[in-house]
Amino acid sequence: MDFSLLFNHFWEFTITGLAFGAIYALIALGYTLVYGVLRLINFAHSEVFMWGGFAAVWVLLAFGASQASGLGIVGLLVVAFATAMAASALVALGLEFVAYRPLRKRNSPPLIALISAIGASYTLSETMGLRDKPFKLLGIDNKMVDYVGRPREASPFGLNIETKRLFHVFDYQVSNKDLIVLGSAIVMMILLDQFMQRSRLGRGIRAVAQDPESAAMMGVNRDRVIRLTFVIGGAMAGAAAVMYLLKVEQIRYNSGFLLGVKAFTAAVLGGIGNLRGALLGGFILGVAENYGQAIFGGQWKDVVAFTLLVVILLFRPTGLLGESLGKARA
Amino acid sequence: MFKIGAPLVAAALALAACGGTTGNSTDAGSKACDLKIGFFGALTGDAANLGINIKNGAELAVTQYNEKNPSCKVTLTSFDSQGDPSIAPGLAQKAVTDKKLVGIVGPAFSGESKAADPIFEKAGLNTITASATNSLLSENGWKTFHRILGNDATQGPAAAKYIKDVLKATKVFVSDDTSEYGKGLSDFVKKDLGSAVVGNDETAADGKQDDFSATVTKAKASGATAFFYGGYYSNASKLVKQLKDGGFTGTFVAADGVKDDGFIKGAGAAAEGAIVTCPCLPPDKAPEFGAAYKKAYNSDPATYSAEAYDAANVFLAAIKAGKTSSADMTAFITSYSAKGVTKNVKFDAKGEPAEVSVWAYKVTGGKIVADQEIK
Repeated sequence: MDFSLLFNHFWEFTITGLAFGAIYALIALGYTLVYGVLRLINFAHSEVFMWGGFAAVWVLLAFGASQASGLGIVGLLVVAFATAMAASALVALGLEFVAYRPLRKRNSPPLIALISAIGASYTLSETMGLRDKPFKLLGIDNKMVDYVGRPREASPFGLNIETKRLFHVFDYQVSNKDLIVLGSAIVMMILLDQFMQRSRLGRGIRAVAQDPESAAMMGVNRDRVIRLTFVIGGAMAGAAAVMYLLKVEQIRYNSGFLLGVKAFTAAVLGGIGNLRGALLGGFILGVAENYGQAIFGGQWKDVVAFTLLVVILLFRPTGLLGESLGKARA
Repeated sequence: MFKIGAPLVAAALALAACGGTTGNSTDAGSKACDLKIGFFGALTGDAANLGINIKNGAELAVTQYNEKNPSCKVTLTSFDSQGDPSIAPGLAQKAVTDKKLVGIVGPAFSGESKAADPIFEKAGLNTITASATNSLLSENGWKTFHRILGNDATQGPAAAKYIKDVLKATKVFVSDDTSEYGKGLSDFVKKDLGSAVVGNDETAADGKQDDFSATVTKAKASGATAFFYGGYYSNASKLVKQLKDGGFTGTFVAADGVKDDGFIKGAGAAAEGAIVTCPCLPPDKAPEFGAAYKKAYNSDPATYSAEAYDAANVFLAAIKAGKTSSADMTAFITSYSAKGVTKNVKFDAKGEPAEVSVWAYKVTGGKIVADQEIK
């Protein structure tokens, strides 16, 4: 155990932890939204994230982003965000249509939907991992090799953003990437929070989460609300995918799995079904992992994070901020 | 007399099985035909590239053998372990039930070797691994275990030597992924560098970690000028990238598990200047093999393709000589000595290679090129 390392580099561990925590938090929003409205753990959400990331990579490739510089990079980054968010939202919507809606129409028990979620997760992940096959059948895989070649390997981000150190926070020099990740995450979170609180549609989502039948009687279209939650959750996951690409600079067909587990943990930590809880959970998890690694060593990173989860749930069984999307103010 | 012991019965059974196959053969009953050599390793999953390189090398040897011996062909059959020690035992059980299978090129990784080799040993199926480098594998007294390349006990110290003599680093940070392979290597490096090791940290298993920021902070805090990583290319590509982004300026040093284009592809420019050690021969030292490989697979031979080619040729020579029963095969391999493309192929009593050379490679201009032999 080495506490001096943590104390001497406290801010560096904290800020890099917060930056990755922001990614967890944005993905966690998708789990929490869907759970709040449908009481369903959408295990395929991690794949929604991964598909958004690939969409961004492909669009950047099509734009020839590796040659870009200066303002071009800023523009392409915006394009990457827009693409990933749109693609993820679309995949999430398709997922709802194919994997969940037919079950809901037949009033299937929740467990069946859970199995459907797991199946959809595998399907989406393996489709990405085998994406060269259809192109091989068409005989155009050589032309598309940048996009579909070696599908089991990591694809690079494609946008060369040089790491620059901008300013000090105590002993740590914050980099431009930290700033982009944290800044855009916070902007997304505020926008979503305001949308949920102030807009008509946001009120609809909260109403359905609180009491679907009363909401229906008040004229809220439940199907539309459900579609909307998938779209919002998907868009957040897409934004998270670009942040992930900024930090890790590569994505793989199975990249979603690990992040999915972490983000789901973050959602439970904060109180599943609670938007602000998901955000808080994500940040806490990201920071706790870094502290754990600093004190106990890298192999204990996940042990520390999950022990924390268990301890918090022992004292607050519904998570830090409580469970319900409807009851809590968010 | 025949009930003396299980080994004798097993040997008798093996001989009987052998006799059965020779019965089908037309040429004087000296050789069995339709025999198989197995490849055991990852063809899918996180480290599939390494496995595919090895399989292609072995396959090339078999193809060439079949061209020369069209009347008595050998087939290569693959056991895709995904590099996973939990999948390996089941696959090994499956392999040993195949009576036509006379040898295994593999298992490819150390973890899966540890899980699968006891099963091969029990069944008397001979293996020659072209890539599993954990030094303890040869300490189990397994008769069927053979290795065609230097183990971590040669590679780890060689990496340490390179760090000390060539990089002249006096402060070194050591990290590994806690796998059989990675930890084995980093233990050797730590032992040899002694007080020069100023910090260490473990990562999650290969492909199971995305964010290495805490490791980066630790490495920077240690003031190290060299970073040794025991692990595979998937983690290493992210780690080297984040080290550079995080402001670590030292040299990244890793071993053969990182010697793959996947490392460069994932890490991009951050990989430049990284050192990779490997007990494998640079391809330009074996031009004929390189040309044949390129013709067959439309790419240059990669890490361990040549080793696998040599390993498969040992089995093929045994088949040609008619030494296909378990005991005959073991004896044949033990007394084998012939020039292969990587070295003079010869094994010692433990199944380790008699000759070993370790090379340092350097990432230069987006390619892993031979730097120098570490002596």
